[in-house]
Amino acid sequence: MSVTDLPDVAPVAARPPAKRARRSLTIGLVLLGVLVLIAVLAPVLAPHDPDTVDPNRVLGSPDGSYLLGADDFGRDVLSRTIFALRVSLLVAVSSVVVATLVAVPLGLVAGYFGGWVDTLVSRPLDMILVLPALLLALSLITILGPGSTVAALAIAVIYLPILARVMRASTLVTSQQDYVLAARARGAGHLATMLRHVLPNSVGPVAVQASVLTGFALQLEAALSFLGLGTQPPTPSLGGMLAEGRDVLSLAPWLEIVPGVAIALAVLSFLLIGDGLRRSLDPEGVAS
Amino acid sequence: MNRLTFVLRRLALTIPVLWVMTLFVFLIIHLIPGDPVRTMLGFRATPENVATARHQLGLDEPLWRQYVDWLGGLLHGDLGTDLISHAPLSELLSQRLPVTLELTVLSMLLAIVIGVPLGALAAVGNRRARSLTDGLVVLGVSIPDFWLGIMLVLLFAATLGWLPPSGYVPFSDDPAGNLRYMVLPVATLAAAEAAYILRTTRGAMEAVLGRPSMTYLRAKGISPFRMVAGHGLRNAAPTVVTVIGIQFGVLLGGAIVVETLFGLPGVGRLIVTSINQRNYPVVQAGVLAVATLFVLVSLLVDLVVAWLDPRVADGVGT
Repeated sequence: MSVTDLPDVAPVAARPPAKRARRSLTIGLVLLGVLVLIAVLAPVLAPHDPDTVDPNRVLGSPDGSYLLGADDFGRDVLSRTIFALRVSLLVAVSSVVVATLVAVPLGLVAGYFGGWVDTLVSRPLDMILVLPALLLALSLITILGPGSTVAALAIAVIYLPILARVMRASTLVTSQQDYVLAARARGAGHLATMLRHVLPNSVGPVAVQASVLTGFALQLEAALSFLGLGTQPPTPSLGGMLAEGRDVLSLAPWLEIVPGVAIALAVLSFLLIGDGLRRSLDPEGVAS
Repeated sequence: MNRLTFVLRRLALTIPVLWVMTLFVFLIIHLIPGDPVRTMLGFRATPENVATARHQLGLDEPLWRQYVDWLGGLLHGDLGTDLISHAPLSELLSQRLPVTLELTVLSMLLAIVIGVPLGALAAVGNRRARSLTDGLVVLGVSIPDFWLGIMLVLLFAATLGWLPPSGYVPFSDDPAGNLRYMVLPVATLAAAEAAYILRTTRGAMEAVLGRPSMTYLRAKGISPFRMVAGHGLRNAAPTVVTVIGIQFGVLLGGAIVVETLFGLPGVGRLIVTSINQRNYPVVQAGVLAVATLFVLVSLLVDLVVAWLDPRVADGVGT
């Protein structure tokens, strides 16, 4: 057997995961980039004012001026979707960012110190998971009243224990690594060790989880707004638009198709980014 | 640890969980900023109305006393009364809970019937089967369930006219009619679940089929069907059942939206309507009922997993 026979075996097994990671990440980032750009440039891109009511165009079919048709108030569906995307992305991203910012230090401290510190941090967080997610969101909305800020807060509370668990699990592994023990042996304090050595090597899985959860947060916000408990009218929201169009479904199906596709594409972009990150952090697929 | 100890320990663990839940649900009404009675009755209510309602809810008592009374009532099956209809809530829930149960259980069954065989097939299939199921999973997870529901209504009710767009008849009145009303809601709720179960089954099966015991069976010349359906699924079952238990909570959440979308008179829709009407005792009772259901299903799942894989009860883990 010659040496040249060997390279055929290894790369075949090693190449696809790396390639798939890059592909998922690229498609996800491009898709999300386009959606974010649309959301940011909403006032420039929207062909009409999203709130302008036009009695002559009630439930008007898509045409040259109203590309995706008009709703039951004669408002432009395309413009409303563009502005709704803005609200949905903002709620989804901000809720997960807030949850991550709280969860990472909690998980880090719980995983690094273990023992009673772990119990003190983890038990109360476990209690949040006693209720199904949407039920918890509805309870918080009952207390604080409906609205997009409360929806974002509720989503952050739901995802906090999940992200903290991931951070804790990942910290548990990292804390036992030789380089961490070496840093401690060299005389580094707990805080310095945590921040310089444990944190950077533990946040990877949290990033994966956070991007996937952002996708689900978007769905959750849409569900809450669909129930009339999230973003309140007249502010356009993807879930709210679906609820408004529900009664005229057979007369104007475009009212239901456009916002739904927008939600699905946004969720897809976050899932792809999460998948790409996971594959590139763990090319062998060991953790999955 | 023997099995009986495991079962007793697991049962005992349920009690603090249920207790935390009652505390949480009890506090909902007390955490509302301002005066919940004023918020409930609106600003046109006379001081007498407010005082009556407050007394009716027991809100004029000290907090600990209210909790003890409320908990005592719960233990006797007294969940309080509806502020609007004045009906006892236990009666209301006994009408609503079966609808939610039917919806979630049928959806879970449909998801299992689709997800498990497809997942097992994908685990032994070629690359094409893998990418196909990957695509199905991504699609199932990305599409919001209620939007899928709307699209199903558009196709099967509004365009083809095969099925009713919304409504409900009890199974006891008209079994066939009941199932006709259930088809679209169940399909809506089951789609994403089927995707999750498919992915879990595929992953668990792949792990199982890679074990040396499976190589041995293959060497013995056992048929691929028996290997997958018999030995593979048997060993993958604990993982799949665990995920099904976790997903049941997601399903109960999804049921809230799906019931609202299809006009099913379940607990989920009851909670949503009651939040809008500020009918807080009904919200409390509904949340408590659904959450208790979730806790009991988790308990059941843990016991089933321990029965499927005795190592769990022995504390060895898989």
